Amino acid sequence: MTTAGGLPPRYRTALRQVRGLGSARSGTDHFWRQRLTAVANVPLVIAFVLIVVLLMGRNHAAAVQIIGSPVVAIILLLFVASVTYHMRLGMQVIIEDYVHQDLPKLVLLIANTFFTAAVAFGCGYAILKLSFGV
Amino acid sequence: MADSKAPAARPLSPHLQIYRWTWTMAMSIFHRVTGAALFFGTLLLAWWLIAAASGPKAYASFEWFMSTIIGRLMLFGYTWALIHHMLGGIRHLIWDTLHGFGPQERERLAQATLFGSIILTILLWGVGYLMMGGTR
Repeated sequence: MTTAGGLPPRYRTALRQVRGLGSARSGTDHFWRQRLTAVANVPLVIAFVLIVVLLMGRNHAAAVQIIGSPVVAIILLLFVASVTYHMRLGMQVIIEDYVHQDLPKLVLLIANTFFTAAVAFGCGYAILKLSFGV
Repeated sequence: MADSKAPAARPLSPHLQIYRWTWTMAMSIFHRVTGAALFFGTLLLAWWLIAAASGPKAYASFEWFMSTIIGRLMLFGYTWALIHHMLGGIRHLIWDTLHGFGPQERERLAQATLFGSIILTILLWGVGYLMMGGTR
């Protein structure tokens, strides 16, 4: 048994070793992005919670003013970006762990991306609208 | 040859109903469950921000929902899930540095995520109510 290149099938070429992408062809990319967003989430979640506490019991006009102010808006945008990316990665793992049939898995993985993108763009649009006051 | 298809009584791999519950196992499950809950909980975040961007009427209906018992419970659950998942995540980041794997340490870390999240959630809601000037 040989591969197209005439090598035994279990032979790992030097290029394969260097790329280090393994059998799934994605290497540690998923793991790394998950940890990267996790590290970003820690300060962003703390800031988000403080912003929400600051806004509790305030009326619409005050809430709009605070959410739309540059520092708060930038923090919220970063929070939304990091959290939605992180939750897409996490839900992908849950789907891959429990759904083993190809079609339902594919449908759920697509739905996962659509849902997280909708949340990300919906929140992002709202924050930008509050910032620019249009 | 009909009996050749009968399943042999081989031992099955044990699952949740067999294992003795441990702190690390329970908090591992909590981490996944809170993560999944937070995934859908972002709908509350989206509703809040889009309502604020839509105008006073939309914001008032969001605030009304959050003042109901169901709304309050969802918000309280979201707060706890967020803090628990964050503390659990920090625990995983500590493990990523190859620290905290000792039999005592990992138990303490798992307990800290649960009790820490409960204490922080109650503290946060206390502060929140003080900010609002008591219950409404």
